[in-house]
Amino acid sequence: MRVGLVVNPVAGVGGRVGLKGSDGAEVQERAFALGAVPRAAGRATLALAELRARRPDSVVLTVAGAMGEEAARAAGFAPEVVFAPGEPTSAADTVAAARALAPQVDLLLFAGGDGTARDVLEAVGDTLPVLGIPTGVKMHSAVFAVNPRAAGEVAATFSRVREAEVVDRVEGSPQLFGYLRVPDVPARVQQRKTGSSSVTPDAVSGIAAELRSYLAPGELLVLGPGTTTRAVAAVWGVDVPVLGVNVVDGSTLVAADASADQLLELVAGAPARIALTPIGGQGFLLGRGNQQLAPEVLRAVGLDRLHVVATEAKVVALGGRPLLVDTGDDALDRAFPRYVRVVVGWRRTILYPVNERQS
Amino acid sequence: MSSSVSHGPVSPADARVAPKPGLRRFHQARWDEPLIFELTSPGERGVGVPVTSLPVPSLPAGLARVAAPGLPEMSQPHVLRHYMRLSQETLGVDLNVDVGQGTCTMKYSPKVNDSFVRDARIAELHPLQDEGSVQGVLEILYRLEGLLKEISGMDRVSLQPASGSSAIYANVSMIRAYHASRGDGELRDEIITTQFSHPTNAAAPKTAGYRVITLMPDADGYPDIEALRAAVGPRTAALLITNPEDTGIFNPRIEEFVRLVHEVGGLCCYDQANANGILGITRARDAGFDLCHFNLHKTFSTPHMCGGPAAGASAVTSALAPFLPRPTVEFDGSRYFFDDDRPESIGKIRPFYGVVPNLVRAYAWIMALGGPGLREVAETAVLNNNYLISKVLEIKGVSLPYAQGRRRVEQARYSWEKLNADTGVHSEEIGYRVADFGTHYWTSHHPYLVPEPMTLEPTESYSQADLDEYAAILAEVAREAYEEPEAVRGAPHNGPIHRMRDASLEDPGTWAVTWRAYRRKVG
Repeated sequence: MRVGLVVNPVAGVGGRVGLKGSDGAEVQERAFALGAVPRAAGRATLALAELRARRPDSVVLTVAGAMGEEAARAAGFAPEVVFAPGEPTSAADTVAAARALAPQVDLLLFAGGDGTARDVLEAVGDTLPVLGIPTGVKMHSAVFAVNPRAAGEVAATFSRVREAEVVDRVEGSPQLFGYLRVPDVPARVQQRKTGSSSVTPDAVSGIAAELRSYLAPGELLVLGPGTTTRAVAAVWGVDVPVLGVNVVDGSTLVAADASADQLLELVAGAPARIALTPIGGQGFLLGRGNQQLAPEVLRAVGLDRLHVVATEAKVVALGGRPLLVDTGDDALDRAFPRYVRVVVGWRRTILYPVNERQS
Repeated sequence: MSSSVSHGPVSPADARVAPKPGLRRFHQARWDEPLIFELTSPGERGVGVPVTSLPVPSLPAGLARVAAPGLPEMSQPHVLRHYMRLSQETLGVDLNVDVGQGTCTMKYSPKVNDSFVRDARIAELHPLQDEGSVQGVLEILYRLEGLLKEISGMDRVSLQPASGSSAIYANVSMIRAYHASRGDGELRDEIITTQFSHPTNAAAPKTAGYRVITLMPDADGYPDIEALRAAVGPRTAALLITNPEDTGIFNPRIEEFVRLVHEVGGLCCYDQANANGILGITRARDAGFDLCHFNLHKTFSTPHMCGGPAAGASAVTSALAPFLPRPTVEFDGSRYFFDDDRPESIGKIRPFYGVVPNLVRAYAWIMALGGPGLREVAETAVLNNNYLISKVLEIKGVSLPYAQGRRRVEQARYSWEKLNADTGVHSEEIGYRVADFGTHYWTSHHPYLVPEPMTLEPTESYSQADLDEYAAILAEVAREAYEEPEAVRGAPHNGPIHRMRDASLEDPGTWAVTWRAYRRKVG
């Protein structure tokens, strides 16, 4: 098995010294001034050591120096170096290195946080399986293993992939940037905090059937973004873009990637329901990556006609943290019930708490 | 603690810190035994049946077989060897310390009770015999119902269910019949349960057509009572809840749960599969429940029978008694009889009358113990569990999440989360490794709410030395995880199969539960 490795050498340096992240040269400089010690390489070494213990025949391709080569050698590999970064290294090096590695490997491991995940997403999109070795300060994305060892284990053992959210805080607010394909670990080695769970065909067909049973003939269904909602649409034979808000009528796609104005027009003309799935791992239901579902749209449809869908494993992976709602309209946020029924299968819901906006 | 346990020879240096004897080593038997159908040898026979010259009445044409049944043709010693070999390849309560099948209450089944079941007066009964000729067994059933009424506080008990799930399904059916009889069966289409209750509490009502709402635990591991307040309403048919839940934590607000559901007109159904720690201490009726069920193969010692037939019991208040499965067993002062004239009954749920051999075993077990004995069972089970907890929590890397500072009842769900973070070793892998010491454990239902879970239930059947031995095995495997993790990861080493490819277990397309299905799917 051929594994690519990109290490963001400065990932996480802000955390130990109390900064909110490590993005940008200025923050990194301050972090080092405050006594930060880079730890990304050490954590990448742990992951690779685990990989080597389980799959000694693995071949590692990586970036020169601190962006991977050093960690790979420390783990006992003799890596093929395929890219040489600038000095000092930057986000542009991460993007370029990931692009160089992608065509040559079966899996791309990256050590970093949400910012690094965004760089990798920009570089490789959904062209190959990717897995994060958690070394950042912020890790809202669902693309990371629970710890470095787990990253090595999953790399050595995975056989299926799933899509998982890349989320990063922008000006204090988490935003959804897209989806990476990550290894789907079997339920029996479930990694509770990695975020969104596998969208298995059985679970999704149950959710799709249950959701359909709520719809009267002629009722429109507004589907929020996410892999669960897209899989539900696929059960009905509709292919919808994963990042957008889409509207279906039975098995017909009425609007793909609709804007708030389009949605408002559609739901004014016909009875409608909304189906949303929380962002895996962090639980945002509204206000992150689906701002098209503007307060006016939600009011026009009615909160009692809003349905939350998720697999049971995804609900459990939230670890008891409440679902989060931040529509930008305080009165509407407060109108949400304290608990919502999350549809997890045919005739099965889990009653789950909803918090108003968390600042 | 972990370093004081060794499975090799004890060196003089170790002897000072390791007063305990070394752990028992175990190697699983390997027979590579074929299925019995594959052992067939044409013409081989177990018994030579003499050819008779007497006239044999001819069968009605429709009942005669076209072809002989596809049974294996084998001699008696071949059959005996086959099953002896299979028995050598199993683990279980008769072989070792079997406290690892948490929530399954694997207790010792007294062998004397088997002798009653094998007695010709039970073994040779035919279910179609006239009631007048089976007064003895009817008396046992009638008396067993009386005992379970007293144990649960309920007014009537049906012993027909073949298992715990069968009893829960019967209870759900009675709940539906009750609401239908009051005219709001259509309206009440929701059943509430909790995430740490047994999964059957969600599965059975869903199968029966109900919408199931599951409550998650709160931060302390108790079912979230605020969520219950949000869930109840005019559509509530019932609450199905296990208490103590599979964490071993007793729900101290259970009366309030019952009150909230009763206030909206719903019924409350107590899953008593975890009753082993509360026998003689508290009763479903005393907490206000309308229905409950027991797994006789757990709490009352009858065998689990490798997945069936076990035996269940459904217990109800008099308000629900008209809906009990028919027939019931009645006594008119001089004779026992089946009462099939029950117009509001949910009907028959099992051919003839339940799994009678297991009912006889349960009756014998209860009668041997008596009331004080049952309470002692519960007290010993709870004591054993809390003793084992204290031993297990000495082991590095393990914790007992939720309800800090509170005792557990009869079982506990532990977490190896820290050990996993430290070593990368998973709970499942520890479970495989303990098989090298002749035992095993179960993690939890999926999806895992407790990370890296392990569920242990010691029951009253084990001595302090047994529990010490089990804890020492866990301690040794935890030490290995930290010091030589490859010893754990490749386990089990001392068995014929080192790692099962279990992906096929998740795919119904590959299941073969009969010889015919096996032939069809495997060829």
